[in-house]
Amino acid sequence: MTVTYFAALCALTLAAYIIAVRRSSAIANTANGRQRLHSLPTYHGLLAASLVIFPMIAIFALGSPILSHEAATNALSHFPADVQADAMRAGATLRDIRNLAAGQHSGEASDALRAAADSYNSTSTQGAYILLAAGIAAALLGIAIAFRLISPQFRARNHFEKVVNVVLIACAAVAILTTIGIVASVLTETLRFFFDPHIKGRPTVTDFLFGTEWNPQAAMRADQGDIKTAYGFLPLLTGTLLITFIAICVAGPLGLLSAIYLAEYASPKVRAYGKPVLEILAGIPTVVLGFFAALTVAPMIRGFGQYLGLDVASESALAAGLVMGMMIIPFISSLSDDVINAVPQSLRDGSAALGATKSETIRQVVLPAALPGIVSAFMLAISRAIGETMIVVMAAGLAANLTFNPLEAVTTITVQIKTLLVGDQEFDSAKTLAAFALGFVLFFVTLMLNVIALRIVRKYREQYD
Amino acid sequence: MENRAVDLSAIERIEAARTAQITGAARPAKVVAEGVDVYYGAKHALKDVSVDVPDRGVMAFIGPSGCGKSTFLRCINRMNDTIPSCRVTGKITIDDQDIYDPALDVVQLRARVGMVFQKPNPFPKSIFDNVAYGPRIHGLSTNKTELDQIVQMSLQKAGLWEEVKDRLQDSGTSLSGGQQQRLCIARAIAVSPDVILMDEPCSALDPIATAKVETLIDELRSQFCIIIVTHSMQQAARVSQRTAFFHLGTLVEEGPTQLIFTNPKDQRTQDYITGRFG
Ligand SMILES: Nc1ncnc2c1ncn2[C@@H]1O[C@H](COP(=O)(O)OP(=O)(O)O)[C@@H](O)[C@H]1O
Ligand SMILES: [Mg+2]
Repeated sequence: MTVTYFAALCALTLAAYIIAVRRSSAIANTANGRQRLHSLPTYHGLLAASLVIFPMIAIFALGSPILSHEAATNALSHFPADVQADAMRAGATLRDIRNLAAGQHSGEASDALRAAADSYNSTSTQGAYILLAAGIAAALLGIAIAFRLISPQFRARNHFEKVVNVVLIACAAVAILTTIGIVASVLTETLRFFFDPHIKGRPTVTDFLFGTEWNPQAAMRADQGDIKTAYGFLPLLTGTLLITFIAICVAGPLGLLSAIYLAEYASPKVRAYGKPVLEILAGIPTVVLGFFAALTVAPMIRGFGQYLGLDVASESALAAGLVMGMMIIPFISSLSDDVINAVPQSLRDGSAALGATKSETIRQVVLPAALPGIVSAFMLAISRAIGETMIVVMAAGLAANLTFNPLEAVTTITVQIKTLLVGDQEFDSAKTLAAFALGFVLFFVTLMLNVIALRIVRKYREQYD
Repeated sequence: MENRAVDLSAIERIEAARTAQITGAARPAKVVAEGVDVYYGAKHALKDVSVDVPDRGVMAFIGPSGCGKSTFLRCINRMNDTIPSCRVTGKITIDDQDIYDPALDVVQLRARVGMVFQKPNPFPKSIFDNVAYGPRIHGLSTNKTELDQIVQMSLQKAGLWEEVKDRLQDSGTSLSGGQQQRLCIARAIAVSPDVILMDEPCSALDPIATAKVETLIDELRSQFCIIIVTHSMQQAARVSQRTAFFHLGTLVEEGPTQLIFTNPKDQRTQDYITGRFG
């Protein structure tokens, strides 16, 4: 049915366009010579098309939920009142009804279920026809209005501008609302984690934020774990920061210096090959980098540590940080290279003409001018590092050690989110909700980073523009 | 015909004497070019150019665009070195020193030969830092007071001090176009060059800002050897004492400005000046 509806939508839109273009061309060519239209026929056509497409989409978007709600209510009316009242059972029943209606029900169906499925089907079909009829009616109305509006004076060109405006706003709204929705949902679950009295074993906010032990496995076994120490977030934070710090120590200098080399020193040929190769690094799946870290880098570091007489864990923060640094080099180098290239040549000439050497020019003129861009490149890289999961899972392990020693195993926020959610779980346990709390904190940290980055950029913009 | 040539040299002598009077000295050649050719890859952009540029005073390079004025100007501070495809042959000396001598330090040369570009290009730094840039990289001052003095002197010479003395920490790019160009001149002056090259310094400026820069150039000519490229013949007439006319990569003729504009020897100069091409 949906397919039919959208086929009709396409056909009617096309028809509206053609009719309006024809009509306006016809008006232009009157018996006594050509007449000047305010707007080109194309604009009349586009306006007519939008008078069809938007009402039809609106009807579908509003009608479909109503329709499915109607169908569900009708179908459920075949069951006793207590089933309808209990949300859980009603939901389960409805699933059965839908499966049966779609012919996918396994096993023997009860009479009530069969009757309900029939009713579900008939309501759906009827509703779909009503929807289609309403859509076509609206489309025809739109075409009629468009047809009436066409005249030499009609400013279709200007009206179409409004249509464009609305489309753009709608697209922006979808993106923004999705973001708000996600944040709101994560926030709600986080609040439940802390404050919902039905959740067993939930920590207080203070326990969570300042606790020094992370051990959700203990909390899982009913109430036997010591809750106070089960969800201490600090080791995850320090682990994340430690690995990110190591990654930036690797990627910052390497990325920035290679960007300077590519932008300022490399011959065009080297640049043409070098830059894509660096960017390929960004395309390597992190899981591949992850086993590279676990199987190659970590043993190397361990071996090297033994050689120096150091005790290195087989899964160390250093290994994960180094490889993660490799991963984010392209973010820094590629973006920095772009902003360095965007610095006008006239500034370099001005500096050279004053007798500055190339490296003086780069240090004192080019880099300061490119600084806002470079800062955003670093911030993007840091966000990537903080959000990265796979490499850490494979190379740094799961042990939540509260340490700043890069040779020990640590774990990060993202890894723990993944660990908490992997496997079958009821959605309402403290363990699952803890993942939301972690997600929220992660989101908050990245948000703060972005805010700081924006402020830095703005501060220097004022100074350097 | 014979008569006329005699006549011309007489005018030239008078002009020379007059300029000598203004500057208080006879004018020895500061920059001497002999048989300079420039190639961009296979393109022969400048052909056998020889010219003497006297010290103290303004020399203007005029000619239709694409004739090689900027190219020649960039030879004098070796900015052409920064263009990979560019090759320069011939000899250019400043104070009898060959500037294409392999032993010469280009960085030192550029400290002696300042340059002002067509489009004002202040660094995205404060006004103070813009002017202090050259002195800092060349270590011309030993302490902050000295640096302050250099900056103030340069801004004063560039006629910008009064306008910016209360906002030295503002960004150089926050100034108006004309102020930016004078800031660039101050920046060049700050390293005490002997020669200042200006490549169409007023072509991005409005008439009032242009007038200010021209007045400034006129004031500076008693202290520097200034070479200015301009596409405006009025400007050449107003600010320069000598003029060289370039056409299709060759230097067609060169002489006292008055003479070039009133009595050019070459038909091509005549045509250009009277606006028949260009
Ligand atoms: N960087 C360059 N690469 C190649 N050709 C150039 C370059 N710069 C200038 N040219 C060529 O050299 C000639 C002289 O240019 P230019 O000195 O800029 O002329 P003008 O300043 O008199 O207008 C022109 O034909 C121009 O196309
Ligand atoms: Mg030029």
